[in-house]
Amino acid sequence: MRNIALIDVNNFYVSCERVFNPKLLNKPIVVLSNNDGCAVARSDEVKVLGVAMGAPWFKLKDLAKQHNILAYSSNYALYADMSNRVMSILKHYSPDQEVYSIDESFLDLTAFKSKDLVAYGQQMRQRINQWTGLPVCVGIGSTKTLSKLANHCAKKRPDFNGVCNLNSMAPETINQMFTEIDVGEVWGVGRKLVLKLNALGINTVLDLKRANPERLRQQFSVVMEKTIRELNGIVCIELEEITPPKQQIMSSRSFSYSVTDYNSLAQSITLYMSRAAEKLRRQQSYAGSVYIFIRTSPFKQNERFYSNGRTISMPSPTDDTRKLVNVALWGLKQIYVPNLGYAKAGVMLGELVAAQGIQTDLFSTQKNTPKSDRLMAMLDSINKKMGKESIKLASEGFSRPWKMKQGNKSPCYTTDWDDNIQALDLEQ
Amino acid sequence: MNNDIKTQSSRGGKRLNAGRKTGTGKFGEPTEVVRVPTSQKPIIVDFLAAYQHKQQLEEAIDISSLMLPALNHKTLNIPLFASKVPAGFPSPADDHVEKRLDPNEFLIDQADATFFVTIQGESMIDVGLMPGDKAVVDRSKIPSIGDIVLAVVDGDFTIKVLNRGKDGSPRLLPANASGKYQPIEIKENMTFEVWGVVTGSFRRFK
Repeated sequence: MRNIALIDVNNFYVSCERVFNPKLLNKPIVVLSNNDGCAVARSDEVKVLGVAMGAPWFKLKDLAKQHNILAYSSNYALYADMSNRVMSILKHYSPDQEVYSIDESFLDLTAFKSKDLVAYGQQMRQRINQWTGLPVCVGIGSTKTLSKLANHCAKKRPDFNGVCNLNSMAPETINQMFTEIDVGEVWGVGRKLVLKLNALGINTVLDLKRANPERLRQQFSVVMEKTIRELNGIVCIELEEITPPKQQIMSSRSFSYSVTDYNSLAQSITLYMSRAAEKLRRQQSYAGSVYIFIRTSPFKQNERFYSNGRTISMPSPTDDTRKLVNVALWGLKQIYVPNLGYAKAGVMLGELVAAQGIQTDLFSTQKNTPKSDRLMAMLDSINKKMGKESIKLASEGFSRPWKMKQGNKSPCYTTDWDDNIQALDLEQ
Repeated sequence: MNNDIKTQSSRGGKRLNAGRKTGTGKFGEPTEVVRVPTSQKPIIVDFLAAYQHKQQLEEAIDISSLMLPALNHKTLNIPLFASKVPAGFPSPADDHVEKRLDPNEFLIDQADATFFVTIQGESMIDVGLMPGDKAVVDRSKIPSIGDIVLAVVDGDFTIKVLNRGKDGSPRLLPANASGKYQPIEIKENMTFEVWGVVTGSFRRFK
């Protein structure tokens, strides 16, 4: 039997905020999505109030006032750094790891035959909590789908103390537990599927486990059949351990209001491209193609939805911000339609190649000259030393009224020297 | 002419002892060809992949006794040095190449558990922590009495020397001979936590 563990950080974004701001402990807090739109993470105190995942913040304002709910803008620089720490610690608990999302990781523990896996899971919890301050739960099962459910149980039932190993439990106990869990908690069963399954009389996890896989496959898809087999302990979904190297660099944001004029769009595209180009140079790559896109809001009724993008091949790969911006703005002119309210724009660099051993075009006049390399290196080092955007292209704009709203973002405690924790004298 | 060998046609057919030996494939046992219904193929393929994985795991030794999470797992940096001397005498320095000194290595034991904190105020100047200095805080260390720690007192961060009062309750001592700062006694109605142990500090002059 396989032993597959899923380790997941509880209320990840909220927990990160609390590590660096202990005053938030035991207080109801939410973290909002881009542009401060929806609640994407909720503390337990907020969940108790019945606030759903993804609830729009403007609808919560009354409740927030009543219960003193604090709202934070998402601080992705902080969350990404804390995630890397957790994943790196977990890597030492098994040679087979799949980083599944920013706050979840699968570990294959099958080879640990003589280990007490519940105790091993407790060790992981203890170490991650001590080293990073983040609370995690561990679920262990014979398939990925079962380990996800075990993790759910570890979180919801205090008697597990944060670690649930289905492989060490009696089948009757597991089935009893599965009668109490809604089928929507099963990995890969979304809201729409729940409705369809309920119509067939499948309401709990146990119902789905006992369903006929061939029949449900005909009604749904092969994915459903795999899910049912996985619930019965047959591995159908393997750990994906190899993360493909970054072949694309993406930079995109939503606007704070709908932008109609070409100049604001051009400014935003220039800004995103400058960011992407900086990342490109940091990983010492050149980009062979540029993709740019703009779109209006899909949620606004009575307004035409428009979404368009353009991929442009570079004559020869480059990392020069000026060339990349020129190409992107040329692409923007091709797809820009006047009199529409745009909600989002972005750029993506593709066909990345290593800066070393680059194939230059024999006939190209656009080759990266040593002069351009020096200029870009200088630009990056000045911005690194003097702070972000000390030097930038004028076309990035100065006032940027369209810039994403992040009204209440916490400091970047771990990624910015000016944002570290401040230790005070404290007098009694 | 030896006729015994010519028992089979010399044209086509299988040659004795040619090809891979049975049982040397990916499953480690003899395999057979079977017809499967098209609709079931993805399931069977997945099952076989999992079966193969399981076989490999069962063959593997029990690694639980070998693999303990190491407390200190520094990446090993091996000096890369290849001096090209077309002919003649090799560089006498080759044998003495070492990695250039890295301040991270000097300051940080456990990167995943290490955080930097900015010092405000003068309560710790006697141990060399000046306002504006960066303190290195390692959460993987177990705090003991006498350590310089980053503590959280009623939600506020402060760096002090960890000490114990007469009644055994924690006490935080400043390090400033001027007498301007008093020890902080932790009472029952206060929240208190040692966030991490201060293992070093650094500052720039220019």
